[in-house]
Amino acid sequence: MAEAAAVAAESLAGGRARAARTVLNQVVLPGEELLLPEQEDAEGPGGGGERPLRLNAGVRSRVRVVCGPGLRRCGDRLLVTKCGRLRHKEPGSGSGGGVYWVDSQQKRYVPVKGDHVIGIVTAKSGDIFKVDVGGSEPASLSYLAFEGATKRNRPNVQVGDLIYGQFVVANKDMEPEMVCIDSCGRANGMGVIGHDGLLFKVTLGLIRKLLAPDCEIIQEVGKLYPLEIVFGMNGRIWVKAKTIQQTLILANILEACEHMTADQRKQIFSRLAES
Amino acid sequence: DTSVLAGVYGPAEVKVSKEIFNKATLEVILRPKIGLPGVAEKSREQLIRNTCEAVVLGALHPRTSITTVLQVVSDAGSLLACCLNATCMALVDAGVPMRALFCGITCALDSDGTLVLDPTAKQEKEARAVLTFALDSVERKLLMSTTKGLYSDAELQQCLAAAQAASQHVFRFYRESLQRRYSKS
Repeated sequence: MAEAAAVAAESLAGGRARAARTVLNQVVLPGEELLLPEQEDAEGPGGGGERPLRLNAGVRSRVRVVCGPGLRRCGDRLLVTKCGRLRHKEPGSGSGGGVYWVDSQQKRYVPVKGDHVIGIVTAKSGDIFKVDVGGSEPASLSYLAFEGATKRNRPNVQVGDLIYGQFVVANKDMEPEMVCIDSCGRANGMGVIGHDGLLFKVTLGLIRKLLAPDCEIIQEVGKLYPLEIVFGMNGRIWVKAKTIQQTLILANILEACEHMTADQRKQIFSRLAES
Repeated sequence: DTSVLAGVYGPAEVKVSKEIFNKATLEVILRPKIGLPGVAEKSREQLIRNTCEAVVLGALHPRTSITTVLQVVSDAGSLLACCLNATCMALVDAGVPMRALFCGITCALDSDGTLVLDPTAKQEKEARAVLTFALDSVERKLLMSTTKGLYSDAELQQCLAAAQAASQHVFRFYRESLQRRYSKS
């Protein structure tokens, strides 16, 4: 009997939109609608409460909320399109209502403008290189988009090389374009990645976790032995250490990090530090 | 027990002959447990594909392909509904943007009018009519229906109502398993 009542309540709850504030950091499913803060004030708690009298009825202060990945605007509300945890970031400088987004776990990368990615050169045709970034089509990279490259002084890039660059054009309608210089013309770490080392693929969520400001994993890994790591937002990581064995250990640790809890990780690091 | 393994690949490259300029090309491949895929598999693939078309936001990924591969591991009745559920979970897991979740429910009507949900293979063979519905999660609307056999108008409505009631168990299962997945990280 109780189960029937609970199930009935749940079926009603499925139809009504919930306030975004109440669902923060919880798992949301595609199809759910979320109300923004100013709307839930207007819709009010049921029907019993008294509404304050407003002098200029109809003029509400509008707050500009940014709809991030996993959410779409649907009328006045937010429609969830991907499964994941709902997150919110308060606006830094006071204007606007902040950003809402869904933290989802996926392996497939979709090019986004401004993302730094690791690509593999697959073809050289005329003045551009075709670079595979793991998306639905290869990105194009002009040979002039390297630091110090001119028409006479071509960069030394072969098919099969690894490139670290950022997207300047990446939308659903056009072929993605990437460059290896920033807006001032400096390389800033981008360009062809050295010959040795190992490239492997992880999920996009793990990359975001590793690139977060205070990531313990990276600090702990750095204490083990000297290494070079490049993280691409397309789920690719390139590591290089002094010996092949150390490189492989690093690759295994980073891949396993996703499924380990903090305690298990500390155990593994302490075991490695001893040996 | 009926079980189906589903994998979703996408948004990935698509052949120029198959690309659609303003939305994603959805493909479903269903492989039976034994033998080569035949006409029955083809028709099931089309039914699943049409359900996905209604739910997946293809406009966000034009000129790409989203491919679902289904492998039947064991078939003990209600296969199409199982394939629909597996496809939905695989699409959600792959991060394909969708406007709602969907589930498949099978209903069998036997000769004296009794309604059986999720019939076994034996019940399906002896039933007067077998109806499969795909329902969406937002308002339990009907996305796809395929029926075989003899039934009246009132019986159809009755089956649809029973399927809508049963779908909330499936959606609750989806919610619980997804919450379990995200709780580990």
